[in-house]
Amino acid sequence: MTRGLEIDCDELVEVVTDYLEGTLDADTRRRFAEHLELCDGCDAYVEQMRETVRVTGTLAEDDLRPDMRDKLLAAFRGWKAGTTPSP
Amino acid sequence: MEVRQSTPAGSAPGSADARLVQALRDGDESTFTELVERLTPTMLAVAVGYVPSRTVAEEVVQETWLAVLTGLDRFEGRSSLRTWVFGILLNVARSRGVRERRSVPFSSAFPEDETGPTVDPGRFRPQGDEWPGHWATPPRQWALPEPALLSREVRTRLRAALDVLPPRQRTVVHLRDAQGLDADEVCALLGIEPGNQRVLLHRGRAKLRQVLEDYMDEARA
Repeated sequence: MTRGLEIDCDELVEVVTDYLEGTLDADTRRRFAEHLELCDGCDAYVEQMRETVRVTGTLAEDDLRPDMRDKLLAAFRGWKAGTTPSP
Repeated sequence: MEVRQSTPAGSAPGSADARLVQALRDGDESTFTELVERLTPTMLAVAVGYVPSRTVAEEVVQETWLAVLTGLDRFEGRSSLRTWVFGILLNVARSRGVRERRSVPFSSAFPEDETGPTVDPGRFRPQGDEWPGHWATPPRQWALPEPALLSREVRTRLRAALDVLPPRQRTVVHLRDAQGLDADEVCALLGIEPGNQRVLLHRGRAKLRQVLEDYMDEARA
């Protein structure tokens, strides 16, 4: 009875990113998918990697310090004042 | 198969960028502010890997934005606007790194090529067990809320974990997952091979997942 268990869990967790990126070869991909169907732990792990990507995607806009934003805005205004073409 | 949201469905690639560039040329401040807020945290995180201090990294980011503005006429739309901005950032950061006597070719400079498992081996059954290599302590399903409802604490912890990733992992995770660039763009920007990019991404993501798991487990306790 080896169906779905041709990859051990500790091997599967190391190729999750290759799986999500779509770069596994066809045979490994099949074994990966078969394992997932039978293994709640690995199923949870793969889902958590997806969630991690999703949550990381919400971080992009966090935490720009106001003084940094002000400096950049001042630079923008300076650039605009120096280069605004006359209509 | 994962499909990332790099281009909104239905819009011709580049047309949104063309509108952004035109708005910037017209001096539209809100467009600039929006772009700055979306890209600057990643730009800082990337720049920090090339120069000796946070202060210098901030200068690199400022210099980059000025170069973006003064170079708008050279943006040809062959890459996305974001990729173009990060390309300029990397040029500025590299040359600044050289000037600061810290020349760091991305592909080789950081002694961080860890090997070994990304999940604690103690979580798997040992050799000699009936099922060696299978979960002894499997992760439990999460019930995370929608991104807008995520607690400040979870985001703060994840950001802190992202900030302490080794520089190459941090750069790749930032560009791929925080900014949503695709693998090809990131490989081209950083001059690395696809396989190397995936390893860095995998190791970084695995650490962030563990931080979230720890948080969820504490929340249950």
